[in-house]
Amino acid sequence: MSHSPPEPRPLNRRRVLAVGLLALLVAVVVLMVSYPEVKAGGPTKLFLLTLMNGITLAALYFLVASGFTLVFGLMRNVNLAHGSLYLLGAYVGYSVIRWTGSWWLGVAAGFVGMALMGVLLQFVIFRRMEGQDMRQTMVTIGLSIVLADIMLWIWSGNTYQFEAPDFLTGTVPLALVKVYSVYRLVVLGAAILIGLGLWLFLNRTSIGMMIRAGVDDRAMLQATGVNVHLLFACTFAIGAGLAGFAGVVGGTALSIAPGEDVRYLLASLVVTIVGGMGSIPGAAIGALLIGLAEQFGLAYSPTYGVVYTFVIMVVVLAIRPQGLMGRKR
Amino acid sequence: MASIAPTLPLPAAGRFAWLRGLRAWHLGLLALLLIYPFVANSFWIVQIGAQAFFMGLIALSLMLLAGYGGMVSLAQMAIAGMAGYLYAILFGYTGGGAGWHWTLAIPVALLVAVGFSALIGLLSVRTEGIYTIMITLAVGVAFFYFCQQNYDIFNGHRGYAGLAPPMVFGVDWRQPLPFYYLAMGAALVGYLFVAWLSRSTFGIALQAVRDNPRRMAALGFNVAAHRVAAYAVAGLLAGVGGLFLVWYNGRISPGSIDVDAAINVLIIAILGGLRRPSGPFIGALLFVLLDNFAIDLIDRERFNLVIGGAFLAVVLFSPDGMLGLWDRLLLRLAKNREPRG
Repeated sequence: MSHSPPEPRPLNRRRVLAVGLLALLVAVVVLMVSYPEVKAGGPTKLFLLTLMNGITLAALYFLVASGFTLVFGLMRNVNLAHGSLYLLGAYVGYSVIRWTGSWWLGVAAGFVGMALMGVLLQFVIFRRMEGQDMRQTMVTIGLSIVLADIMLWIWSGNTYQFEAPDFLTGTVPLALVKVYSVYRLVVLGAAILIGLGLWLFLNRTSIGMMIRAGVDDRAMLQATGVNVHLLFACTFAIGAGLAGFAGVVGGTALSIAPGEDVRYLLASLVVTIVGGMGSIPGAAIGALLIGLAEQFGLAYSPTYGVVYTFVIMVVVLAIRPQGLMGRKR
Repeated sequence: MASIAPTLPLPAAGRFAWLRGLRAWHLGLLALLLIYPFVANSFWIVQIGAQAFFMGLIALSLMLLAGYGGMVSLAQMAIAGMAGYLYAILFGYTGGGAGWHWTLAIPVALLVAVGFSALIGLLSVRTEGIYTIMITLAVGVAFFYFCQQNYDIFNGHRGYAGLAPPMVFGVDWRQPLPFYYLAMGAALVGYLFVAWLSRSTFGIALQAVRDNPRRMAALGFNVAAHRVAAYAVAGLLAGVGGLFLVWYNGRISPGSIDVDAAINVLIIAILGGLRRPSGPFIGALLFVLLDNFAIDLIDRERFNLVIGGAFLAVVLFSPDGMLGLWDRLLLRLAKNREPRG
């Protein structure tokens, strides 16, 4: 494929903002790791610890929500069983870890298993009801009820937590907050890498170009000879796989129990509503806002914590109904 | 700015036009429902009969929004829960409550439910279609988590217990027979109200907004105001249903308004069908029967599998629910009869 000489692009405010935020985040973490001897007092420490927890929770939310928003953005598929994919991925990962003893295999199984599940969903359910978004919503709600019950059947109502490999566990000395869990930092790093990877994939590869074209005008893309169904299955596999991946990663950082599917579905919904449908940077910003709101809510006003999340959603809907990074349609 | 059209009956219809729609089987059904408690035991009266009525009432609020307004809201259980919680807080529960008289506590509880519903409406009318589902689901689940975490007002995960309907006219409304008739009365009023509303100027405008919001806006109707008003009316129905829910359970806790409960309302409405106000009640009866007898059908713990499967079957094979199935059956029968005679 030949490229025309790059035209001078107008400075994209959004992109500058996104890159700036990301650079700031990385710089802060790097600084904190480099100067562990800097100490902070009680209130400041609580604030910073909450900030770190919020950011790492946001990383997890981003992993889950990016798949949701990607699938929605391209195919207009409302997959309300996305939370179930998260939980199912985690359970599958757990079983594989117990079977093989390898955490890495568990993570891989979570991703691959749910990616296959996503392809199955796309071919069995969504392809049969293209464009009928209300019906898709209903069917995926039904699926999530059935899946939740089957999972309860197989894995019972116990709470599971998985063991990460040794070099990922433990703590690392960190400026201001003294020590912080290595694993959580790794989750943060993984989320940033995956976010960048997704962005590069969507913006710099030909498949990504097709996906973006499909988001804008599906019929025209199909008319140019692209196998849209293959593309859809591919996108769904990535989105669902990310949910499964996040399930295993999240199950290691926190824990896995029935009901987590709803929690992550809600997180995906709110993140996507706040960030804008179909936008990966939007998912990142939304996840950051919601993750921080949740952790600060928990730390500073336990009985009104949820209100923060809710207020963010209301304010965004009032000012920008299409979401912070969403495009008006 | 056009205000909401006054909700008067269509002028051409005449004052007693609704009587003309009355058929013999309507009266038969009414008589059957009235006699029912005398031939059934208390399990069938309360657990099946009364529960079907008030669950139907909550689902009716969704039917009004989804069927006539085209807005599928998953927050109806949160609204019902709001009314139930306020009843507990204002009227009283075991060991507490503001102790208001019921003539004050119930209207205030319902009013707050209406206000809450209108607020949700204001929030969600800014978006359409599936976004409405997502936002109302988010609101419903957020309200659930809020009730669970908040100890100041909602008493956290324990909620409130020891709730009962007020003693009015010296009748203990918790007894099976009075409770059944009370629930039936509320369901009947709700049903007739929605049936009347659907033919009122407001109802017709609402249906027109559902079908073509842009055209209605161009004609000078305030689309958003109609939608918010529909939410407010639905809030009243859901609130009344919520009161019955807490009277029936004797308690309210976050568990009564969790995501499963919110989705159960959707299941009921979809099972029955969203086309007519009778759908939610048919759906509720089916749901309540499944709820109580799924144990006999399959392992006792697997109720969600049964109900989820039934729901999946309906949305996959008969998107307009039992009513749609019934309509198609009638149509087929009529078609079969035609060639012969």
